[in-house]
Amino acid sequence: MNMTRRQLLILLPAAAVAWKSILAGTPEASPNYNMTEHWWGMLVDITKCIGCGSCVRACQMENAVTDGYFRTWVERYHVSDYDIENPKVDSPDGGKNGFPPAAVSDGKNFFVPKMCNHCADSPCTQVCPVGATFVSPDGVVLVDQKYCLGCRYCVQACPYGCRFVDPKKETAQKCTLCYHRITKGLTTACCENCPTGARQLADLKNPNDPIHEFLKTHAVQVLKPYLATRSKLFYNGLDGSVR
Amino acid sequence: MKAFKDAGHLFRLASVFLVGGVLFLAFRGVLVPRSFGQYGHYRGNAIKETAALPISYAGHQVCESCHADILEVKSKGVHKGVACEACHGPLAKHADDPASIQPAKLDTAVLCVRCHEANLAKPKSFPQVVSAEHSGGAPCDTCHQPHSPAIVAVAGASQ
Repeated sequence: MNMTRRQLLILLPAAAVAWKSILAGTPEASPNYNMTEHWWGMLVDITKCIGCGSCVRACQMENAVTDGYFRTWVERYHVSDYDIENPKVDSPDGGKNGFPPAAVSDGKNFFVPKMCNHCADSPCTQVCPVGATFVSPDGVVLVDQKYCLGCRYCVQACPYGCRFVDPKKETAQKCTLCYHRITKGLTTACCENCPTGARQLADLKNPNDPIHEFLKTHAVQVLKPYLATRSKLFYNGLDGSVR
Repeated sequence: MKAFKDAGHLFRLASVFLVGGVLFLAFRGVLVPRSFGQYGHYRGNAIKETAALPISYAGHQVCESCHADILEVKSKGVHKGVACEACHGPLAKHADDPASIQPAKLDTAVLCVRCHEANLAKPKSFPQVVSAEHSGGAPCDTCHQPHSPAIVAVAGASQ
């Protein structure tokens, strides 16, 4: 085959474009789950939380979370009489094994389950230098475990302290909202195992989800609303002392 | 008339840029994963990889499809809202292969106090006991049946 240098130079870019379109392939069709039909969040009813730690244990078992690290945890707040700005917070082993009896009986005591807020405008995804973390089209903040470098930018950026770098994998880890469960029609491990129903998975795009009625009829709050992260972790009965 | 006597230099320079551009596109095509940018500035397949992770908790609907007798008892008691695996632990493997993988026997002395041990931070309406005073160390299932814990047969049990 005879080809001049000029012909080769003209052909190369065309070949590159063709090769790229071959590599791109066609996206895999998912017959059962359509990402565009969902917008996930969660409802936490603090008035129902008994601090049993079932959610923490369930999360660790379901997601094989390294011991000593938590994708969800429970905090116990103690607010001395009217000292709302200085709550005392403890969370022994993430609340995994429950809580010891309170040392003091004044003021008020309550439990606050914490986890990723799955913010629609998440500060953690904006700082990733390699595009390894993102908000999925159905509103779940995920980490690409193959792309993450473990640089910890996102760990610092999360205002809710919901990320950590796994010491073995050296990648950022966080709550996936049990993405492997909710895409199969199950609820999250923490919601499934909450004995009092203090946690409820919520699909904000599903008009039949009871979350809509609940949000309309209750005084619901998100954590740190002044950060405008558009958190989708809704708290019922959230005390002003909660950080 | 020649516009520029060394026009050949420009062609050589242009070809260097062209080759560079082609190489850039070729490397980019190989190095950037095919699903990158499918939904945004990230690898679209990362979503599928996360969704493909294995499940540990089968979910109470799966349990109930076989253990209808337990559901019958449980649905009448105050524990009707408590999912099976909240106490029995993750049992998706048992659900997949009920014959060879059996759930471990549970110790109610450990299990019940996780929820019912008295604590000031628990909602006042939630039933709580100080277990040491309440049962004196006896296992909870001496009196209570965990699936429906209200004591109904007190008269018969006390002889």
